[in-house]
Amino acid sequence: MDTDLSSQDRKDLDKFIKFFALKTVQVIVQARLGEKICTRSSSSPTGSDWFNLAIKDIPEVTHEAKKALAGQLPAVGRSMCVEISLKTSEGDSMELEIWCLEMNEKCDKEIKVSYTVYNRLSLLLKSLLAITRVTPAYRLSRKQGHEYTVRVGTVGTPVGTITLSCAYRINLAFMSTRQFERTPPIMGIIIDHFVDRPYPSSSPMHPCNYRAGEDNGAVYPSVEDSQEVCTTSFSTSPPSQLSSSRLSYQPAALGVGSADMGYPVLFAGGLNAAHPHQLIGPGKEGGVPPTPSQPAHGTQADQERMCTPLDGVHYSAATPSSSEDTETVSNSSEGKCGSPHDLLETIFIRKVGAFVNKPINQVTMANLDIPFAMFAPKNVELEDNDPMVNPPESPETESPLQGSLHSEGSSGSSTGNTHDDFVMIDFKPAFSKDDILPMDLGTFYREFQNPPQLSSLSIDIGAQSMAEDLDSLPEKLAVHEKNVKEFDAFVETLQ
Amino acid sequence: MNCRAEVLEVSVEGRQVEEAMLAVLHTVLLHRSTGKFHYKKEGTYSIGTVGTQDVDCDFIDFAYVRVSSEELDRALRKAVGEFKDALRNSGSDGMGQISLEFYQKKKSRWPFSDECIPWELWTIKVNVVNLANEQERQICREKVGEKLCEKIINIVEVMNRHEYLPKMPTQSEVDNVFDTSLKDVQPYLYKISYQITDSLGTSVTTTMRRLIKDTLAL
Repeated sequence: MDTDLSSQDRKDLDKFIKFFALKTVQVIVQARLGEKICTRSSSSPTGSDWFNLAIKDIPEVTHEAKKALAGQLPAVGRSMCVEISLKTSEGDSMELEIWCLEMNEKCDKEIKVSYTVYNRLSLLLKSLLAITRVTPAYRLSRKQGHEYTVRVGTVGTPVGTITLSCAYRINLAFMSTRQFERTPPIMGIIIDHFVDRPYPSSSPMHPCNYRAGEDNGAVYPSVEDSQEVCTTSFSTSPPSQLSSSRLSYQPAALGVGSADMGYPVLFAGGLNAAHPHQLIGPGKEGGVPPTPSQPAHGTQADQERMCTPLDGVHYSAATPSSSEDTETVSNSSEGKCGSPHDLLETIFIRKVGAFVNKPINQVTMANLDIPFAMFAPKNVELEDNDPMVNPPESPETESPLQGSLHSEGSSGSSTGNTHDDFVMIDFKPAFSKDDILPMDLGTFYREFQNPPQLSSLSIDIGAQSMAEDLDSLPEKLAVHEKNVKEFDAFVETLQ
Repeated sequence: MNCRAEVLEVSVEGRQVEEAMLAVLHTVLLHRSTGKFHYKKEGTYSIGTVGTQDVDCDFIDFAYVRVSSEELDRALRKAVGEFKDALRNSGSDGMGQISLEFYQKKKSRWPFSDECIPWELWTIKVNVVNLANEQERQICREKVGEKLCEKIINIVEVMNRHEYLPKMPTQSEVDNVFDTSLKDVQPYLYKISYQITDSLGTSVTTTMRRLIKDTLAL
């Protein structure tokens, strides 16, 4: 069997891959320049339109891309990445998107290079055109450069004319890095959220942090607002978990030849973030800052620690001079928010599973750039607070009435509740006797009202088995990959 | 061969129906159109170039890419316009679906007419909602925009599975596979039809004149 490509095919394939890479960069960069693209169809081929698509070649972009590729082609183990960053006028910079062109070892020996591969590459470019308009960065880029200024007025004087004007953003970007230190990463791109979802196609659009807010009760008062605002945050990586976590890697770690596109860099509109001012609001009254509402039945042990970063938020943002307070506060917390620069990156690294009510201090965990770092056995105590591992206990020991009052309380009020508002009511069902069983009907009802907690979700077993599961994942994946052909054949039979 | 069928569902406000349908249909057709074929001797052919352009929606926070072909755009707008009118006039609670079907023609011997064999069917189910005030409309703009983003991702996912596509035809067969009537691009043969679900849940089938022409054409 001829397993090697003929030399002509090999040459063609290399050419296709090279121009595909260049065209990919063109499409992505042009989509982020902030202009509407319009190219004409032409029924007679011009010979320079690769993949039969009219994609303009901006010379600077081609130049940069070729420089980044450095004469090599994307190949197995050599990926090409285009990074789109947001730079505000304050000098803050944030990665918005990373587009990766990679190659893996799965070979299709029978495919015809000249026709099929070429046509499919063309289809892929069309898909890229469609997808580049779908991520939030597109809308941001279209808004960039728009100056929203209002002229208040002018007053003429003998020495000159006094003018007063305002330039404003319509979306609140992240503020100075100092404040960013304190705000919880509501901006957080929750990357492995869709790990939990069975249907990857519907998942990656939304960060799960605001879902966490909905499900467990808003921890931070501003989460509710940031739901609308955060809809422009995103995760664009494809559903595979491994590539999703790539967003967590520092740019330097990205594949060889990462093309740092300086092009669409200046976005006048910032990316939406929590309104820090709203975060200040409740705390400004002084006194005890609102406790983040935890699942009422979870362990309260670490609540102290979790409060403190929040304290920091409330107190610091109000007066810039109190920054030293927050330094100590944040140092004392597990959060270890280091330099602003570090935190800017940890914003992205925060990996939180779905429906997890995570306090800020758990961001450190994610500094270890391993996927599923949240679940690694190192910080076991963090898992105590993780409802995934330790779900709110069913109200076995309290009356169901109280249980329902509690759950309403925790999800309803975002400023936190104390249990003082709730009264313990003993559930005394009518006509219950306790002759035969030592248990009365009420106790029986309470105990067996809910299904028993899954053993896999109990703290001790849960943490360990999850860690073991994670360890065995690479092997399992390898086994599955070997059997890929079988699976494919099976799927074929189903069609 | 089995016809690949995909169903997408959207809930939109009345004003958004047209743009939402156009966005989806154009995205599908972007993937299912090539440049014009020019056959040369020896059975080889060259392919023209497909241009693209960005379209911004007025009633939805959304933008999409379509093929740069005015004829194709007109054809789609006409179909979607009829669908929208039918939805409005049906008096039902605003539910209907529009289908985009790609088919191949198979020539049959006389007296039988040519068979149309579908190989891909896209159905978009639409549910029209009525909103009470401006604030709801604003939220709807954004929500529908997000939903459409998801739909585009779904479409791209299906397209990139690289499943069955008709073989590239010879010059004599090209009209059985492609719609060669447009002057700048060449989509696969397609037809658009729609159904309005009336309030009883039964469907009242309405098809475009083009569809009728095709099936009755001998």
